[in-house]
Amino acid sequence: MATVTFDKATRIYPGGDKPAVDALDLHVEDGEFLVLVGPSGCGKSTSLRMLAGLEDVNGGRILIGDRDVTTVPPKDRDIAMVFQNYALYPHMTVADNMGFALKIAGTPKDEIKRRVQEAAKILDLEAYLSRKPKALSGGQRQRVAMGRAIVRQPQVFLMDEPLSNLDAKLRVQTRTQIASLQRRLAVTTVYVTHDQVEAMTMGDRVAVLKDGLLQQVDTPRRMYDHPNNVFVAGFIGSPAMNLLTLDTTDGGVKFGDTVHPVERAALAATGDKLTLGVRPEDLELSDQGLPVIVDVVEELGADAYIYGTLRGEGGPAGGDLQVIARVDGRRPPEKGSTVHFTPKAGHVHLFDDKSGLRIGA
Amino acid sequence: MIPVSTPTTTTSLQITAARPYPELLDLPWQVPLEEWPEHHLAALPRGISRHVVRFVKLGSRVLAVKETNAEIAHREYRMLRLLNRLEVPSVQPVAVITGRTAPDGEPLNSVLITRHLQFSLPYRALYSQTLRPDTAKRAVDALAVLLVRLHLTGFYWGDVSLSNTLFRRDAGAFAAYLVDAETGELYDVVSDGQREYDLDVARTNIAGELMDVVASGALDADMDEVLAISDRIISRYRTLWQELTEPESFGRGDRWRVDARIRRLNELGFDVGELAITTDIDGTTVRIEPKVVDAGHHSRRLLRLTGLDAEENQARRLLNDLDAYRAATDRQSDDEEIVAHDWVAAVFEPVQRHVPRELRGKMEAAELFHEVLEHRWYLSERAGRDVGIEEAVDSYVVGVLPDKPDERAVLGVDTEAIRVIADR
Repeated sequence: MATVTFDKATRIYPGGDKPAVDALDLHVEDGEFLVLVGPSGCGKSTSLRMLAGLEDVNGGRILIGDRDVTTVPPKDRDIAMVFQNYALYPHMTVADNMGFALKIAGTPKDEIKRRVQEAAKILDLEAYLSRKPKALSGGQRQRVAMGRAIVRQPQVFLMDEPLSNLDAKLRVQTRTQIASLQRRLAVTTVYVTHDQVEAMTMGDRVAVLKDGLLQQVDTPRRMYDHPNNVFVAGFIGSPAMNLLTLDTTDGGVKFGDTVHPVERAALAATGDKLTLGVRPEDLELSDQGLPVIVDVVEELGADAYIYGTLRGEGGPAGGDLQVIARVDGRRPPEKGSTVHFTPKAGHVHLFDDKSGLRIGA
Repeated sequence: MIPVSTPTTTTSLQITAARPYPELLDLPWQVPLEEWPEHHLAALPRGISRHVVRFVKLGSRVLAVKETNAEIAHREYRMLRLLNRLEVPSVQPVAVITGRTAPDGEPLNSVLITRHLQFSLPYRALYSQTLRPDTAKRAVDALAVLLVRLHLTGFYWGDVSLSNTLFRRDAGAFAAYLVDAETGELYDVVSDGQREYDLDVARTNIAGELMDVVASGALDADMDEVLAISDRIISRYRTLWQELTEPESFGRGDRWRVDARIRRLNELGFDVGELAITTDIDGTTVRIEPKVVDAGHHSRRLLRLTGLDAEENQARRLLNDLDAYRAATDRQSDDEEIVAHDWVAAVFEPVQRHVPRELRGKMEAAELFHEVLEHRWYLSERAGRDVGIEEAVDSYVVGVLPDKPDERAVLGVDTEAIRVIADR
């Protein structure tokens, strides 16, 4: 087992004018589950492939433990890409399906048997070792495929959107399995996904990338409570955080017909507008505040989500803006009505209108 | 070509295809592929797949249908179209169908539809009798050529295996076609790391696939033999890659080596698009670096001369016979195109006409011609005289061809029961 370090690692594609991954600094602890997440083209898969040795590194270094692997061929890096080859061999037993790569590598028979047994125990497949894959359920077959990577006992597991070819039900199930399995094995794991829910539910820490640049790396909790910039604020969380561009005024920002207080120092550092972020669960119905016309009420039982429009205010060019709020499911406002919201104290995020960076704590 | 969407009235089925295939709507898309009724299916040999795959009869065509999610299906469809345009040997995509639902409203997986490659065989069918190590080696050699071609094109495969490849006979060897592009990506240049990874995956997968054939009882080989075959992908690939891309230096007096290099590359079936020649300052050493543009040198030459479409080795074989014909008829000074035209009329076509109609689905025209040439050589050797082509084809049609399996599309036969004579 080992740490993984990206040290100003940079990848520029031939003919590309800007880096696909730009001076990435990232340290993954021994045994940690780190998720790289971001929209398409953000550089998350490229970063993983640089670690795997599939992409050339044009600047900086990559280390596994203390070893600089920047120019080491993929097979000599002691890493395992999980799920690349999910097809199982029909005539071979589950044990052979799990252990065949060790056989190819010339591992002694006893050692193969021991490692397969160990992996089967972790994967709850001990009773099936002498069966053929045909006799297994879909989920069990999936675990056999995982077993293939586990028996190799690599220093690092790499997973690139491993759940993308599963249907929705199996995806949620497998997500939980991978996360708990990783915790039991305690093997350093770097996992790539475009799905922030997957990232938040699986990772010990999450690294958000955009346009090749690392935006923030933090625990899911901290990322949710304390986004460093507008992009992370809008990307993490479902439904997304409301991001409103509001006018500043003496002592705070105008929040409808109220003023949300902002510290003087923070106000001094910004112009006549700033971006205020508030999560749907942190908006409260009130007699005053931001006026919102209710377009849709999504009732979920205990809670309801309101999808409303904020007329002519708060949008990027002063246009209409959609606002999402969570309200009590037993007494939701009616569709078409106008309601007012104020933010819960201590649950407001402020960002500079121009740089998008977080203001204050 | 414009993707067309054909919404139906009963469901929200969406068909994306390069051109309309109204017949596709006749298939039972509301039923999971695993439960499709027999009469829709063509019992062709299938490879191992992580998805449900079925061969489907549709009019005179056979299509391969693979169930997967919409995103993957669309991505692979686009990738296969791109590879087809780049003339990489790969299966032809036909359509993607999304929005399938069962009668009870349960959503079903999307499907990717490709055209079944006529006369092609998955590796399992090559071994469905007893495997001779030679067959495995030839399949691996073909895969090495395919992998080099893909890498030269900028395609990183990500899941190289015998299962993800189809094989067509090519004058006693095999020609390999890419079937599964799901994990692949296209770049301007494939990095060394990607090439190394593809090779490592190929070696592991080939060994696993052969171990599975051993476990099934179709191959009698020990672990060392299996590993010797799977290691072969690496040595074959490296030799070929080096010959195709490595710069070469030599003294000024040895300039014939430029020509020799081009010939060697042509012999391997590749064309040179560009040759970077640099001379050092004092002009004593010349360095050449070929830029290989395309494989299929002999195929293209044969097509240009005769209009016949054949695999690379078949084409080479046919061209050799064409050259022999030219020499035998003393027409070296005649225009090559004209002699080729006469050869097709006087030699190639009569051989095809000799084959009774009911035996014509047995193998492709070019492969049949190659087989007849082989048979003639065998007859001549036994008789101690030069046997004519007519005598050879008569003997072949009576004595050899009837025992060959029907390879155009092995319909109505269960996978396990297909008799494939991979080795003569």
